[in-house]
Amino acid sequence: MDTFLKVENITKQFAGHTALDNVSLEIPRGSVYGLLGPNGAGKTTLIRIINRITAPDKGRVLFNGHLLAPQDVAHIGYLPEERGLYKTMKVGEQAIYFAQLKGLSRTEAIARLKKWFVKFGIESWWNKKVSELSKGMAQKIQFIVTILHEPELLIFDEPFSGFDPINANLLKNEILALRDKGATVIFSTHNMSSVEEVCDHITLINKSQNILSGSLDEVRRSHGGNIFEVDFRGNRDELVARLGSAPCRLLDTSVSDDEALDKHSSAVKLHIPTDSDIRPIVSLINEAVELRSFREIIPSMNDVFIQAVANHSATTAQQK
Amino acid sequence: MGKIRIIAAREFNERVRKKSFIITTILMPLFFVALMFVPALMMNIKSDDVKEVIVVDQSGLIGDRLQPDGQLTFTPSDRSFEELRNQQNEVFGILVVGQDIATNPSNLQLFAYESSTINIETAITDQVRTIIESEKLKEYNIEDIDAILEAIKTPVSIQVKQLNESGEAQESSSILNIALAYIFGFLIYMFVFLYGNMVLQGVIEEKSTKVMEVMVSSVKPFQLMMGKILGIASVAVTQFVIWVVFILVIGAGAMSLIGGSEAVAAAAQGGAGVDPAALGVSMDSELASIIATVTAPGYLLRILGGFLIYFIGGYLLYAAMFAAVGSAVDNEKDTNNLQLPITIPLMLALFVMLSAMQEPHGPLAFWFSMIPFTSPIVMMVRLPYGVPGWELALSIGLLIVTFVATVWLAGKIYRVGVFMYGKKPTFRELLKWARYKY
Repeated sequence: MDTFLKVENITKQFAGHTALDNVSLEIPRGSVYGLLGPNGAGKTTLIRIINRITAPDKGRVLFNGHLLAPQDVAHIGYLPEERGLYKTMKVGEQAIYFAQLKGLSRTEAIARLKKWFVKFGIESWWNKKVSELSKGMAQKIQFIVTILHEPELLIFDEPFSGFDPINANLLKNEILALRDKGATVIFSTHNMSSVEEVCDHITLINKSQNILSGSLDEVRRSHGGNIFEVDFRGNRDELVARLGSAPCRLLDTSVSDDEALDKHSSAVKLHIPTDSDIRPIVSLINEAVELRSFREIIPSMNDVFIQAVANHSATTAQQK
Repeated sequence: MGKIRIIAAREFNERVRKKSFIITTILMPLFFVALMFVPALMMNIKSDDVKEVIVVDQSGLIGDRLQPDGQLTFTPSDRSFEELRNQQNEVFGILVVGQDIATNPSNLQLFAYESSTINIETAITDQVRTIIESEKLKEYNIEDIDAILEAIKTPVSIQVKQLNESGEAQESSSILNIALAYIFGFLIYMFVFLYGNMVLQGVIEEKSTKVMEVMVSSVKPFQLMMGKILGIASVAVTQFVIWVVFILVIGAGAMSLIGGSEAVAAAAQGGAGVDPAALGVSMDSELASIIATVTAPGYLLRILGGFLIYFIGGYLLYAAMFAAVGSAVDNEKDTNNLQLPITIPLMLALFVMLSAMQEPHGPLAFWFSMIPFTSPIVMMVRLPYGVPGWELALSIGLLIVTFVATVWLAGKIYRVGVFMYGKKPTFRELLKWARYKY
């Protein structure tokens, strides 16, 4: 795995509390990396350390293979959760100003901005004051400003909040397009369905510790508990009888198939231990009934999040 | 440095284009000129409210010889004070002249129905004194006393020249010195306060609109702070230059107007038989010394150079403090008590300035022109009177050292402050922020 950003054993304390406790993570190049966690877990502090806004007490950050240095900030685009634009300034001028601060020349900034304004269909906003724009409109401007200098690392903190589904989708596609062009994206959010849609890897931070890291698929599967759902048409009792000898356990059907109103079709859930071979089980089912679908139940990120945070909180409480 | 320039340029452009900037830039000089000329005009407008004073003259010397003076008219009365005191409510008051006024000049009482003023009292005592003095002179039986008195009247004016270290005499004008001291001292006070507040409000705006959050990923908080301070400083300098040009133009216009009318007035008075030579001498010498002083290159350089150094130093010093306070709060309402350590030395400097104008080389003026928090204002007052080189160097040196230290400290507070939301910090917390490791 080609690591773009490596965070090693970062600890950061503020007066009275620890914001980050020995946090390490590796962000692969060209991926969308979800930085998840409950409010106050330490995500923003970590982002600020990566942005060099604040320095860690312990640990280090490697950026593209070298120790994070001041000039690296020019290669980072950061869209903070708190959006902010000068209210009385005109949209175009303001965008140019932020682009210049990112190191673009004025002419270059104007050329790139025009392109993005056309792409988003907002050319007519150029001479408007920010105070005349709606919240969503202002956020579009802010998004453009963040990515305009084509940074290698993009950090989005809750990028979709305040957007309608159409614009959220537009933004999501732009983020994925940026990733496909080679940018590495850190994506911090509470919205787990958007995590499933865009993230390749995730890290879950709870109470200033990294409690879960990995690719999205791995993480979800590892929380799945090896439960499979079988949809079939045929005699349920026969299926149950046949499976009695198989290396698997039938889960309580009263919980699992309350929606199976159709007499001819039904569903059961099976727990198959990791060391068991799945193919013989499938053929057993196939002999007993007409198999319509057989799939592993992968928990949603929402479930993973809640479960992981609850487990971690419980164990830390016990330790105390 | 490049980013500081971009930030400063934005601050400058945004502010200079504002309507409020254009309006104050145009109106302030008019206001200043009005401030200079209106009191003069007001003094010329005499109140037509006549104040009648009943004179009860027990000596018989004074009563008939009192002349109406401005608003005052005098009416001698034969009745006694006791008779008059309860009936004369529509007059200003009753003047009782004692019988022995010639030998006991304090035996003079004014019973007023309304509050008396120093002008009224001086007008009365002046007349009474002149009358008694001429009575006394008459007792010497000198012939043609009135003609002699008239002949010896001499208007005296003094031309002050200041000796510098090499013994050369330089023109020096107290009126000019006081005027310049006051104008420049006050100007620094005003600019520091006005533009310092602009820094404060700018920082609060950036914090409350969360622009800060966006900015910090591209620039360091220190760059943001310095850019803002320098950008607003260039607004101030621009405004100042416009004002100087404006005031020079208006002033030149006003001067030529006044100068012209004075010449006419002098000619008219000359025709009326008043000694024109005496009048001419006094006016020309004062004016000549002012012109000579102003046109002496060293003097002007000292004043303007000093103004520039102390304005920039003082502004930077205070602007950094304003920025630190602005970074620490969420809204303007919370700034009040945090602003105290800024406003108190400024106010103090203004008070010391007034007393330093009386005694520009006294210990008070000296020490406060060394303390960096007051020196920009107080030293401006001393400069027109000439300040030894080492004092100037020490004062400027201290100012520079303090301003560097203040900017550094403010930068540290600013850096923490801009990310602190929701609570109103105390001074102790501000100092703690300055020690945070970043």
